[in-house]
Amino acid sequence: MKITGTGIGQGVAVGSVVRMAERLPEPVDRPSHLDPKLEGERAKASMSVVAAELMSRGAKAGGAAQDVLEAQAMIAEDPSLVDEVANRLENGKTAERAVFEAFASYRDLLAGMGGYMAERAADLDDISQRVIAHLLKLPAPGVPDPGHPFVLVARDLAPADTATLDLDQVLGLVTVDGGPTSHTAILAREKSIVAIVGAADASGLADGDTVIVDAANDLVVSDPSADEVAAAKARIAERAALEAAPVTPGALADGTPVPLLANLGSADGAAEALRLGAEGVGLFRTEFLFLDADTAPSITDQQAQYTRMLSAFAGKKVVVRVLDAGADKPLSFLNDAAEENPALGLRGIRALRHSEVILREQLTALAAADAATDAELWVMAPMIATVDETRYFTALAKELGIRVAGVMVETPSAALVADHVLAACDFASIGTNDLTQYTMAADRLLGTVAKLQDPWHPAVLRLIADVGRAGAELGKPVGICGEAAADPLLAVVLVGLGATSLSMSPSALADVRASLARYSPDDAKALAGAALAAEGAAEARAAAQAVASEITTAREAAS
Amino acid sequence: MIERTVRIGSTHGLHARPAKLFTQAAAASGAAVTISKSGGKPVNGASILAVISQGIDHGDEVTLVVEGGDEQAVLDELVGLLLTDHDE
Repeated sequence: MKITGTGIGQGVAVGSVVRMAERLPEPVDRPSHLDPKLEGERAKASMSVVAAELMSRGAKAGGAAQDVLEAQAMIAEDPSLVDEVANRLENGKTAERAVFEAFASYRDLLAGMGGYMAERAADLDDISQRVIAHLLKLPAPGVPDPGHPFVLVARDLAPADTATLDLDQVLGLVTVDGGPTSHTAILAREKSIVAIVGAADASGLADGDTVIVDAANDLVVSDPSADEVAAAKARIAERAALEAAPVTPGALADGTPVPLLANLGSADGAAEALRLGAEGVGLFRTEFLFLDADTAPSITDQQAQYTRMLSAFAGKKVVVRVLDAGADKPLSFLNDAAEENPALGLRGIRALRHSEVILREQLTALAAADAATDAELWVMAPMIATVDETRYFTALAKELGIRVAGVMVETPSAALVADHVLAACDFASIGTNDLTQYTMAADRLLGTVAKLQDPWHPAVLRLIADVGRAGAELGKPVGICGEAAADPLLAVVLVGLGATSLSMSPSALADVRASLARYSPDDAKALAGAALAAEGAAEARAAAQAVASEITTAREAAS
Repeated sequence: MIERTVRIGSTHGLHARPAKLFTQAAAASGAAVTISKSGGKPVNGASILAVISQGIDHGDEVTLVVEGGDEQAVLDELVGLLLTDHDE
């Protein structure tokens, strides 16, 4: 049987299914028919079993994880918690309910303390679920540990689950819910886990079923034939060889360079990005400096972070995006007014222009970091809709010492007047996620309209073509820094439309590099032409695919 | 019953690993141990939840009270744990 979903990345995996037990419902608050003493014994027995499990998992894990798990084991039979449970049992509650309430009271206490303590609050929920599951004789929720490599099938993963995912054991990941921008999808992309999300029919898979997870083709194949398994294994071997191949700069078949850059959210990912062959950074998001802060960070603090990032990429290009916040990512010091339509509100350059001191400080810190390092710093503004905003940003950036200033093209308006926009700045970078959301008028975070969030749609491709053409005429670079660049076939189309560099999650670099090397500039234009002429997203992908097969088949026949 | 007031040595206060080491030792001592932040209510020193929910930070003054068993040895051991910087 073939189950469809949204594949993340290009990987393939074969393995047996282990399902993740779902979260337990809140135990009903009904009077117990046992006496408090018996309920107390039940509760204590389950608490000590869970504590022993956590201790033994800790011993197995070793290192820092052992400390964490031992602390959790102590919490599972903590004397204060035992008292809280006993008090509730005296009032006639069931062991399940008493355990639930006792943990919840401490969870709320810790959550209210904020910071590190609030993070530990989630641990209490996890331990609470384990104890209640044991009381109910149900499998413990959370990521299972069958002791052999497996394909994890879950409704969706919580952030806490993904943190404990053992990547040596998880061959692939299939979720019933979730879309391409879900937490699971982002994690899978970051960690290069073969994954299919939003595979509704995967809820029918059972423990022990053999499946092929084929992310490149958006498919989960259950009960595959021997031939299908052999073909999948051959592809796995081929991909392993590809990854082991020496990393070369991105280029088309004739050697035309297409620099492949990394999207990064902090300096932490720099080493990994370089290892995977990033030739620089095409999108460095700076929100991490500002989120969870009550006031904007000081120029000195910002400068230190930017210097760290730029030092890691000495001699390479680093494109930094100034703070992109708005009502969807509210910051109290920038814009905390509730808006009916945050995606269409005071965000990006609009919010920065409104609070210019924040933008000035950020540009000042960036210019100082640039002066202190050897990287080639480019700076761009998000959410540009007009030429006036473009002029405003570039003038301010130049005034404060930024040498190369450009804009992100995320709105159809900026794309439609790209010739004027590019004339007023040094470069453009197309943010395909937002450009698709605004072109299709479909909220990118809303699952019910997720099907419309497809950068293959010819409406989006035509806008990209407009920007590419304007860039070529004016001799100004046009980069792509959305998820679209991580799709190996779409990457070729984007180059055909005039993109001069591609920036993506570092895990996608190898596949895109291999794909670009198969096509000449004329091939890329032919793929782009076919996609542009299609009537919809699916048709555009099919048309580009057909041209690509024709080209590769003709070449194989000739050789 | 004996007591002593000390300052917390761990850089990140009495959270996570330092809290675990302290409560583990308090529980293993067999004595009744309470700990209180200056001005706060004494809580069970063998309860990791009670200890971490006090929000005790680096440099805070806390009072330890030990009752039962070899009180002096237990107090010395626990004070030693509170003064050490486990986060180095």
